[in-house]
Amino acid sequence: MNANAKARKDAHWPAIRFTVNGESRSVRVPPMKRLLDVLREDLHLTGTKEGCGEGECGSCSVRLNGELVNSCLVPVLQAEGAEIQTVEGLALDGGLHPLQEAFLHHGGAQCGICTPGMLMAAAQLLAESPHPSDAEIREGLAGNLCRCTGFMRIFESVSAAAGAADAEPARESELEQTHHAR
Amino acid sequence: MRGNAEMHELVAPGSLGAVLDLLAAEPGEWTPIAGGTELMVAFSAGRLNASKLVSLWGIPDLRTIEVTPQSVVIGAAATFLDLRKHAVINAELPLLAKAASWIGSIANQSRATLGGNLVNGSPAADSSPALLVYDAEIETISVRGRRKLPYSEFHTGYKRNVLARDELLYAIHLPRRFAHHRQHLRKVGTRRAMAIAKVALGATALLEKGGLREIRLGAASLAPYPARLRQTEAALLGQALTRETVLAARRALLAEVQPIDDIRSTAEYRRRVAVNLLEEFLLELRREGLRS
Repeated sequence: MNANAKARKDAHWPAIRFTVNGESRSVRVPPMKRLLDVLREDLHLTGTKEGCGEGECGSCSVRLNGELVNSCLVPVLQAEGAEIQTVEGLALDGGLHPLQEAFLHHGGAQCGICTPGMLMAAAQLLAESPHPSDAEIREGLAGNLCRCTGFMRIFESVSAAAGAADAEPARESELEQTHHAR
Repeated sequence: MRGNAEMHELVAPGSLGAVLDLLAAEPGEWTPIAGGTELMVAFSAGRLNASKLVSLWGIPDLRTIEVTPQSVVIGAAATFLDLRKHAVINAELPLLAKAASWIGSIANQSRATLGGNLVNGSPAADSSPALLVYDAEIETISVRGRRKLPYSEFHTGYKRNVLARDELLYAIHLPRRFAHHRQHLRKVGTRRAMAIAKVALGATALLEKGGLREIRLGAASLAPYPARLRQTEAALLGQALTRETVLAARRALLAEVQPIDDIRSTAEYRRRVAVNLLEEFLLELRREGLRS
């Protein structure tokens, strides 16, 4: 379908407005359309990737009103009035974001499919915890899967971006969790 | 087959009253959707069995967490991140904060809601064992009014619950009387994040003179829905924590649970892990009892 045909077809949907990377945007699409698809197909912001389409892999992570979300699980109507940040909104005044610089210099990106989601999850983490521990980095990125790097270079990249020069290798993850309290 | 957004109607009336009116006008026609972490997965896969959906996201009455002298009242659409960040929940109801930290990932916890976890009704629901051992009450709402019932009576079968077709889960009430109980929660899954429980066991207990004055056990993935282990509790209540008591409790648990084989684990593994989780908690209680 060409752009004009698509515009005619979608014209009857009510307008849904929100802000993406600081710009006001308005779309006329079915309210159940996934935010992921609106970003990619209607706004042509193809930095956000689809991996699993079921909230398991984190490739489609974006920030919505200051929280990290999987954009494949957000019906666009629920983004009405929201402030959305995608990977295209990370770079500052044409220069790379410190996280992007760190991924570049520490080998945090290989094939690149997980990278936008990793960057957004890392940006969320650093917004809440500017100097995260290794455990916090692991938890912050636990919902983002990478099949190339083995994760260590990604963790090192985030650590480097946070300014933690003495980054230690993170511990083996535990199979089970336990909690005791009195 | 991928889901087609044009095949599903989604409305966001914006207020609780308007949502309830919609549910009352066409009972059973509308499916409530909060953070979408369950329903949108089904939608993406083309197996969402709901043509009309009404959004509960962004309705303030449903997302408040109110603390009174007697209880903590959690709006059904409070997210798991909301729970993790709440000071009183962390201090007095730490099992719920812990369970919230086990839900999927940060990006899931920012959208997934406590009410959604309960209404979805998975036997493996992460929040359920904690709610069971804290004696949670469920408050429902419809145009006909509100009602309250113990959470332990909310589930009525596999993925079935007491909600009428015009009714919403409104709030979860947690009494503030467990701060001095021994509290325990453990989940066994394949990895720390994103894993659904093979087995989970929660417990609260009050020890007096070496005996168990109160004991509550709540389990996930050991029955068609999350449930208290009443017979195991009965084997423990009032007893001193001797070796015989522990063995009797193990036998009671094995007689009471009905785990199944599925893609995540086997019934046999679940039984073995469940009795070991119980014994771990009881031995720990005994050590604490001997020290105090």
